[in-house]
Amino acid sequence: MAEKAPLSFAQIAASEEVATPLRVVQIDGLVVLKIIKHCKDFMPALVTGQLLGLDIGSVLEVTNCFPFPSRGGEEEEEIEADGANYQLEMMRCLREVNVDNNTVGWYQSTYMGSYQTAELIETFLNYQENIKRCVCIIYDPQRSGQGVLALKALKLTDPFMDLFRNQNFTGEKLREQNLTWQDIFQEIPVKISNSALVSAIMTELETDSPATQSDFDRLVLSTNPFIEKNLEFLIECMDDLSMEQQRFQYYYRNLSRQQAQQQAWLQKRRTENMSRRALGEEPLPEEDPNNPIFKPLVEPSRLDGYLITNQISNYCSQINGFSGQSFIKMYMMDAVHEN
Amino acid sequence: MPMGSTVLQLVSGPTGTVAKVHPTVLFNMCDSYIRRNDQTDRVIGTLLGSVSSDGTVDIRNSYAVPHNESLEQVAVDIEYHRSMFELHQRVNPKEVIVGWYSTSAGVSVSDALIQDFYAREATNPVYLTVDTTFQDETASIRAFVSTALNLGDRQLAAQFHEIQLDLRMIEAERVGFDVLKKTIVEKLPDDLEALETSMLRLQSMIDTVFKYVEDVIEGKLPPDNAVGRYLADTIASIPKISPDAFDRLFNDSIQDLLLVLYLANLTRTQLSLAKKLNSAAQIF
Repeated sequence: MAEKAPLSFAQIAASEEVATPLRVVQIDGLVVLKIIKHCKDFMPALVTGQLLGLDIGSVLEVTNCFPFPSRGGEEEEEIEADGANYQLEMMRCLREVNVDNNTVGWYQSTYMGSYQTAELIETFLNYQENIKRCVCIIYDPQRSGQGVLALKALKLTDPFMDLFRNQNFTGEKLREQNLTWQDIFQEIPVKISNSALVSAIMTELETDSPATQSDFDRLVLSTNPFIEKNLEFLIECMDDLSMEQQRFQYYYRNLSRQQAQQQAWLQKRRTENMSRRALGEEPLPEEDPNNPIFKPLVEPSRLDGYLITNQISNYCSQINGFSGQSFIKMYMMDAVHEN
Repeated sequence: MPMGSTVLQLVSGPTGTVAKVHPTVLFNMCDSYIRRNDQTDRVIGTLLGSVSSDGTVDIRNSYAVPHNESLEQVAVDIEYHRSMFELHQRVNPKEVIVGWYSTSAGVSVSDALIQDFYAREATNPVYLTVDTTFQDETASIRAFVSTALNLGDRQLAAQFHEIQLDLRMIEAERVGFDVLKKTIVEKLPDDLEALETSMLRLQSMIDTVFKYVEDVIEGKLPPDNAVGRYLADTIASIPKISPDAFDRLFNDSIQDLLLVLYLANLTRTQLSLAKKLNSAAQIF
């Protein structure tokens, strides 16, 4: 027997189709800088843009990106047509200078990490229709002002996508799938890559000064505004959550009332049937679809509640991380003063 | 014919200008150089940005423009340049054309022609060159402006003057050179790690200063008035607070933080409790 024939290209391609899960998002330094520039230039307005790159096995390479024009007060439809045009034109132009021409997702700026909205999920679905694997890169200019690179790559989990497509957000379905609010978004680890050329130039340009701008940003002592804002958002979310809970309580109250009514009606019908049978008449059916009390109540979607919960947990961890840092800074200040 | 009009006029150009470069521009240039077409030696492109009132040119964005170059002639894809400019304008109308770039070691003959073209797009275009071939083993990044040499009304030649280039790049520092200068970064630095490096750096700086001051006191180093003044200013910039007041301030802040932390953790506990209750409902 001859040795195993080497796989043809098509075979390899086919074998790769069998879902290798997305493990890492590899972002080019250029993309990082472009995103930061775009988001910062338009702060505090929130902006978005397209990510271009390659999908290689378990790694998604993001090699370039371009910003979307921010929306003015024009007509909705006009913007949409305009935006699509802009996108096509930009892709065409970039292809001419040999930039990777596959859309792999989009980026957007956020304010204090408040990105978990229904809109984000819908955008995800829109993208996912065309591209199998897409990510959303979220950048927080506000937090980056404190000397951290607040960059995150997100995607939706598969079970959640299935549920969302069918709009099945009843409690029963969610329980069946064992889907909790933590299973909506999945954060993918980010890697940053630079070409050797860039690396050489940047090494040369690096200043010798021992303190950089990010050091200054990190050591700023004023912490209150950030925490205040965070708490404010947290409180808002709490209000939303309690509203959501009230809606559920209302639903359950209605549901139990309806069930009681149904029982009463059934009881009545049974006794009536018994007396009819005694008189030798045909019994009446035990169900009456025309009766309004048999109309099923629509269970409110749990999606909003899930998203709000997600948001709350996000704020909490932000506060946690931030106060941890503040403690360190405070104690450092203490030490400095003692000396 | 009056004499004046035939005199070779050397216009003194705006050589005092300073160009500031955003790191995105350099990254973009490198990227397009790597992705250049086969058998082209360099890439050129348009620089976008703004010119401030004091003449500083702020170069903030760029895009590559396809071009063809042979010994005698240069052909720049003007249409591409125009449409790309329009697209960029839609995103950020404040960024206008301020010049062009090329990945070559310095000014070459054909550059005058391209400069001529860009002079029609912007007044006083800046010409930025980055030597991506590392000829003298450094990436020499230089910027030029040109002035026209006129003989009467006729233009004879263009003269390139090198201008000062500001490469401090605060934006790059914000991201961190550690992230930008390695070819691969496995993990983004997280908040606490970043703070730790900053503090270590601060500590080493304080140590350096300590050592210097001690050396001066012991007479190992000659005292330097300028350095002494800087040190005095630095120490004076720390506000003088009485220990009592400082203690109060410190404790207040710590207590505020603790309270907030407590609240946040309480909320988290509630959330995980809710989650457990939700999945417990499944069993019953």
